[in-house]
Amino acid sequence: MIALSINGKPYNVDVEADTPLLWVLRDTIGLTGTKYGCGIAQCGACTVHIDGVATRSCQVPVGTVGAQKITTIEALAPDGKLHPVQQAWLDLDVPQCGYCQSGMMMAVVALLKEKPKPTDADIDAAITNICRCGTYQRVRAAIHAAANNA
Amino acid sequence: MTYVPKITVPSINRRSFVVGSAVAGAGFALGFALPRELQSAAAATVPGEVDAWVVIRPDETVVVRIARSEMGQGSMTGLAQLVAEELECDWSRVTAEFPTPGENLSRQRVWGSFSTGGSRGIRESQDYVRKGGAAARTMLVQAAATAWNVPAAECTAANSVITHRPSGRTTTYGKVADAAARLSPPAEVALKDPKDWIVAGKSLKRLDTADKILGKPIFGIDLRQPGMLYAAINACPVFGGTLAKFDETKVRTMPGVKHVLRVGDNAVAVVADSWWRANAALKALPVVWNEGDNAKASSKAIAQFLAEGLTADQAFVGNASGDAKASMRGAAKLVEAVYSFPYQIHATMEPMNATALYTPDRCEVWCPTQNGESALVAVAETSGLPIGKCDVHKTLLGGGFGRRGEVDYVRQAVAIAKQVPGTPIKLLWSREEDTTHDAYHPITQCRLQGALDADNNLIGLHMRISGQSIIAGQMPDRLQNGKDPIVFQGLNPGGAEGVFGYNVPNILIDHAMRNPPVPPGFWRGVNGNHNALYLESFMDELAHAAGADPLAFRLKYLKPKHAAVLKAAAEKIGYDTPAPQGHYRGVAAFMANASYVAACAEVSVDGGQVKIHRMVGATNPGHAVNPELIARQVEGTFAYGLSAMLYGECTLSNGRVEQTNFDTYNVIRIAEMPKVDTVVMADGEFWGGVGEPTIGVAAPAVLNAVFAATGKRIRNMPIKNYDWHSA
Repeated sequence: MIALSINGKPYNVDVEADTPLLWVLRDTIGLTGTKYGCGIAQCGACTVHIDGVATRSCQVPVGTVGAQKITTIEALAPDGKLHPVQQAWLDLDVPQCGYCQSGMMMAVVALLKEKPKPTDADIDAAITNICRCGTYQRVRAAIHAAANNA
Repeated sequence: MTYVPKITVPSINRRSFVVGSAVAGAGFALGFALPRELQSAAAATVPGEVDAWVVIRPDETVVVRIARSEMGQGSMTGLAQLVAEELECDWSRVTAEFPTPGENLSRQRVWGSFSTGGSRGIRESQDYVRKGGAAARTMLVQAAATAWNVPAAECTAANSVITHRPSGRTTTYGKVADAAARLSPPAEVALKDPKDWIVAGKSLKRLDTADKILGKPIFGIDLRQPGMLYAAINACPVFGGTLAKFDETKVRTMPGVKHVLRVGDNAVAVVADSWWRANAALKALPVVWNEGDNAKASSKAIAQFLAEGLTADQAFVGNASGDAKASMRGAAKLVEAVYSFPYQIHATMEPMNATALYTPDRCEVWCPTQNGESALVAVAETSGLPIGKCDVHKTLLGGGFGRRGEVDYVRQAVAIAKQVPGTPIKLLWSREEDTTHDAYHPITQCRLQGALDADNNLIGLHMRISGQSIIAGQMPDRLQNGKDPIVFQGLNPGGAEGVFGYNVPNILIDHAMRNPPVPPGFWRGVNGNHNALYLESFMDELAHAAGADPLAFRLKYLKPKHAAVLKAAAEKIGYDTPAPQGHYRGVAAFMANASYVAACAEVSVDGGQVKIHRMVGATNPGHAVNPELIARQVEGTFAYGLSAMLYGECTLSNGRVEQTNFDTYNVIRIAEMPKVDTVVMADGEFWGGVGEPTIGVAAPAVLNAVFAATGKRIRNMPIKNYDWHSA
């Protein structure tokens, strides 16, 4: 059994240690907000926070996580109060299909923690998640909105 | 005995898929209640179902039923607006619900078509969904009038409240819905003049955003059922090849593995207790394929095959007037160029998936599909059960782009589930499977010749397209004496869908059909993508040869509606004023999906690096149901089209697609996304689509701007292959 701390709760999972965290979250625990997009850390749909750091969970063997704290999209709005990033996403109606947006928002939350007022260049460098619907312009606007509202 | 599956995902229940918004405050619910043929609806089976399109609950929730799929394009919201407009309901109480194709079948297709492609979701159903809203309003008002014992003509409805004008009495939809549901629908209803719209035509917020920012389980891939097993699949990597054999003893003892199964004649699947374990075993499984006739197919051979078609004698004529060939002979200047457009993958962010539950007397599938009805047919055919014992439950789609109109993954899921009766099976394709087993954007080349007279007037144009036909590959029974009419998208002499925009006295546009052994599919924008690129790049070449400004040259020949959108785009980008230092502009105009579109691009090029700073998209879709949703579609189409232009290319070697994932098939990211301004200029004269048409003009506008910046004409896509050191 592998012990994990996810969204403030302890879990014990019976999986191979090399299983990517992504699939433990989705299939073993049932936290399906974190998405599978490519499996090779290219698209960012699987982005979660590990001790606050935005991490592509498809490349994290669950056996390497240890006591680090995992946060997923499901915990971004505890008690129903939206995170400023989610609020900006809602205000600007950012998502189209929405599939990439969990990972996109998790990446943005981490960016804003590091750089509360990111420039466009900061955004270009930090947000490399793929969105095939092409929400990029709204994503950028929502990042700035969230930065200004935080 | 009917099997009733139990689903644990709260927002995916057996009957329907409800999109709600806990965050937005109001209790959203979308429901449908009106029939396409108002008389044809079977008796309502749901309390408060006023008609097939509208369900009103006692708490005043208005459920609008949506037949078309939601893949990000926003049709669910737009269609709900159209119903709500006529219903006169309180928009803040509106939610949406997908009826199943099985219900549609059992009710004489009361909801019409479920097909969601060709940018047709709104334009092809706007009439009957609005009538659905109007009929429900009429019935609700009648129910109130009957209760009050007053003439219905003395009552009005607004914001879900019915008022008897003479007495001032009021009631609400929720209070009379059950009584209304027992009335017969009116034989005819009048629709509002769009000028009087108060809900439709407005940039209302989407109904589905809250679920999407909370990470709710709303996609097919998120489905979970008790006892569900997971399947990973490999189909033969060579198109047309089959599965010879596999050695399951090598993986049977791997953790979690339950079954190793043949799927159809060309695929093998591993079923396990998690997808990761299934896929790990699949990767370890020794498989032998019969690669068949296409084992040596290559991009090089395909390119030669198509090139031969550029000058072949036989070709299907799509548009001809005057004598184009004679005009070439009499030209003062003859301009000629050859272009090409490669295979592209759809690359929906959510890979193909479907969850199937088969028992000997029922088969149900939950899946993200663009066409619930064709998925239902696939379920029935593959399960071998009567269609009345099958159903399909649509989820939201993590991207569609045309890929999810296919039913290959549905067939596979059912074929697997049939071998494991009573167990729900979630089939998920890996990204690699998705990339190498797409229905690809067709491959084409194009040779263009243009004739200018001594005064630099364009007197003749010959456009020879050589390449693949989607219709031939997918539905050959729809060919017209061998000709594929849709290859001429946007180049047609007439019709409502896509008219060639230029008045030129001598025109010949023809197609030499050449079908390589790669399955073609409908890829957002379809044939308009390359047709617009070829035509609008070449128009720039002609303008240059004529010594004319590219915008002025086009406007000299463009038909009025085409010209109007181009002028609007040019005005918005400030075409009459100089671009910023080092920036250059390009333009393009086209018609597709029954809408008129144009783009202007502003780019700079530095050492072979193309930077797209800004784009304007203008569209006249006839009617604009939600202008902000249209703007999002224009932005999205630009991202999709520019991604293809910059990077998109699938190549073939030994019969296999060489690209497998986003590391070998790059796509546009936020850093490369230009600022996009959208001009929506609906003239109210027709109904056009908005999900696709602007893709086609994105690339040529940029390529023409690149020419303005560098004098280099990039004719072969994608740009990543261009040799900037070439002449």
